[in-house]
Amino acid sequence: MTLVADSPAGAPVPEAPIEAFTVTLIIRRFDPDVDDEPRWQDFDVQMFATDRILDALHKIKWEQDGSLTFRRSCAHGICGSDAMRINGRNRLACKTLIKDLDISKPIYVEAIKGLPLEKDLIVDMDPFFESFREVQPFLQSQTAPPKDKERIQSVADRARFDDTTKCILCAACTSSCPVFWTDGQYFGPAAIVNAHRFIFDSRDEAAQTRLDILNDKEGVWRCRTTFNCTDACPRGIQVTQAIAEVKQAIMRGKP
Amino acid sequence: MSTTIASPRSPYSAPRNRGVNWEKWGWIYMRASGVVLIILIFGHLFVNLVLGEGVKGIDFAFVAGKWANPFWQVWDLLMLWLAFIHGGNGMRTIVNDYATRPLTRKILLAAILVSVVVEIALGTVIIFAFDPCPVGSPADLLPSFCPVNQ
Repeated sequence: MTLVADSPAGAPVPEAPIEAFTVTLIIRRFDPDVDDEPRWQDFDVQMFATDRILDALHKIKWEQDGSLTFRRSCAHGICGSDAMRINGRNRLACKTLIKDLDISKPIYVEAIKGLPLEKDLIVDMDPFFESFREVQPFLQSQTAPPKDKERIQSVADRARFDDTTKCILCAACTSSCPVFWTDGQYFGPAAIVNAHRFIFDSRDEAAQTRLDILNDKEGVWRCRTTFNCTDACPRGIQVTQAIAEVKQAIMRGKP
Repeated sequence: MSTTIASPRSPYSAPRNRGVNWEKWGWIYMRASGVVLIILIFGHLFVNLVLGEGVKGIDFAFVAGKWANPFWQVWDLLMLWLAFIHGGNGMRTIVNDYATRPLTRKILLAAILVSVVVEIALGTVIIFAFDPCPVGSPADLLPSFCPVNQ
């Protein structure tokens, strides 16, 4: 392809001003010092189509109400801090663009469900990380790697668990799971995804231990394959499929 | 809820739970019985509603004729047991998902268990103890095909 400018040289087209919209956000607020029950509060903010919900929350916090509380860290969809329920769906606030939402109606923002609400959009993530820790999400091997070398793995062996390496532990899947909402003891999709990542790793030797842990009463058999987790995952992980693969591995007795 | 990190280089530890894993077998049962039930139920519907005179052919004599045949006795018995346990287990799952108060959950689960046990017991007794022409009954209460009426 050759590079040819469409417009005549020397005549730069004046840039049109970028259109801004007034967007109404209705946020579920909760201050444990003042409120007995969470309450909905609405805010109007000027937003561009390319802005994200996180930018709207920043504008509210910085310009309108400094008491608005939410978690965020990298703001680019990697750290997994700002999972929240936006218009009834679990999403990352930093990956939800204004232009992808219907701004003729208010946008509802609330904390993720199923975990104890602490303040505004912040929930207690301890139960979530507790079940994550329980599946032993780290490489375990009884054999030493080759001297001064890494553990070699074929491309095919690596591809086997590639999908589940993408998890950022934002809890969007686990807090969208109806089983987890009513049964807080259930491991939840995120823990199973992270177990899957090591169960199917050819370098790992503790797959059997993890399968035994997930074969528990509150393990993979609680899954009802509602696919809420797959829909919610901001990284596009096929969560329900990963859970099904763990179920099959338990029935086979090996990964 | 403690982590189970063994000391370094220790051998693989025994699994946490011994004995029958009811959740696992329940999950497998739902899938296996579902497949069998598709055959049994659609076979049942076809034989009763389509073959022969269709739905108009169903009367006391039709049922009595079916249950005189051991093949249909076994068919109906399988259908009864598989379907009731399948349905009961499904209801148990739904109750576990939706009943938030422990007492409500206990009452509903007990009600499901009692109804499944009672219905299976009644159905099983009827399939095997069914006698269209009980000896000593008044002739006017018996169907026309019984030897008393012939």
